[in-house]
Amino acid sequence: MSKKVFKDAKSALFDVKDNMTLILGGFGLCGIPENSIAVLRDMGVKGLTCVSNNAGVDDFGLGQLLQNRQIKKMISSYVGENALFEKLYMSGELELEFCPQGTLAERIRAGGAGIAGFYTPTGVGTLVAEGKEVKNFEGRDYVLERGIVGDFAFVKAWKGDKFGNLVFRKTARNFNPMAATAGKITVAEVEELVEVGQLDPDQIHTPGVYVQRIFQGANYEKRIEQKTVRKG
Amino acid sequence: MPLTREQIAQRIAQEVQDGYCVNLGIGIPTLVANYIPQDKFVMLQSENGLLGMGPFPTESEVDPDLINAGKQTVTALPGASFFSSADSFAMIRGGHVDLTVLGAMEVDEQGSIANWMVPGKMVKGMGGAMDLVAGARNVIVAMQHTDKEGNSKLRTKCTLPLTGVKCIKKIVSDFGVIEITPQGFVLKEYAPDLTPEKVLAATEGKMTIAPDCKAMTF
Repeated sequence: MSKKVFKDAKSALFDVKDNMTLILGGFGLCGIPENSIAVLRDMGVKGLTCVSNNAGVDDFGLGQLLQNRQIKKMISSYVGENALFEKLYMSGELELEFCPQGTLAERIRAGGAGIAGFYTPTGVGTLVAEGKEVKNFEGRDYVLERGIVGDFAFVKAWKGDKFGNLVFRKTARNFNPMAATAGKITVAEVEELVEVGQLDPDQIHTPGVYVQRIFQGANYEKRIEQKTVRKG
Repeated sequence: MPLTREQIAQRIAQEVQDGYCVNLGIGIPTLVANYIPQDKFVMLQSENGLLGMGPFPTESEVDPDLINAGKQTVTALPGASFFSSADSFAMIRGGHVDLTVLGAMEVDEQGSIANWMVPGKMVKGMGGAMDLVAGARNVIVAMQHTDKEGNSKLRTKCTLPLTGVKCIKKIVSDFGVIEITPQGFVLKEYAPDLTPEKVLAATEGKMTIAPDCKAMTF
């Protein structure tokens, strides 16, 4: 099991290649695999299809890969915080597949669970359902959506052990547990890497079987998009 | 005078019942939380994975790992839970959320809603809106009745790409409270300084005035 442990993002991502499909955890900038994204940027891999709820902001998160024109296609539910994204999309340099947030979560979950597709009421009668099979169950229409599997999945957890068991923190969990299940190779970066046996089995969110590589990340910025406070 | 954003939120808060789980969208819907009476036990759901959302944190409570669906820093109340996006939308799509309040660019007389895209102009995405309108048992739209040029946003048929088909039952606009029935829009309440006739004149879609239609009071 110690074979899963890598010393850093660079060593864990050594075989990511051009034109691969990557699934990334995170919601906005919360719970994103910061170290892995930085290494993808430095490696310069191109032609990537990135499955991620959002596309970061101009200079952080996946925005860094957009700046370097490394992404060919995004599958996302919301890209509103990124001006560069809009520019690249409008000019045709970037493909975009909009996917409703719940459908995206379920597509990744299905991919990881060996389910090829599922019927959902979300998006029936909208642009999202165009070209897809619609089936009526008990009087209501549902659209067929496909599971997603990535060549790699990159997730960020709070704590992990050397077997790959993961514990997430607060709303930084978001898409990470599904993403972890849906990578042919799943790379987990954690704030704190502990020995096997140090995590309470009852508290583990992602069992280690889903994780092929794990490393303790460094220098987490955890940037906040909208800092809102009340007077204390 | 039409209703203020706060008055729209205040009126919607009256629809929130004790024990409800409620998802509030961005904009006017967020303000609804300010008007839910303290004696009602209500859990706010944020679709990024939090049930039991509390107010904004104090400076010392700010936690980058604790945000709402608008990516704002928030707090979690006693009884709160955190969960994955798949679990969050199981709640939403599975009909476990009692009430969803969201904004709209257009709603039509059949209850279809458009709020995620203006072709050629705005490409931000639908986020969770399509799931929310497909799944919540009860969806209330908070919106402006007309655009800046005075054109009705309560349409005969939506002109923008749809978020959901025939899923809206109630609108609270700055002009009043409107229900959507098989016969189209029905005006139930109108803003204090307006008349039902003025609301009718400002509405493109087919609208009737409810027999018990009344002026709103604040």
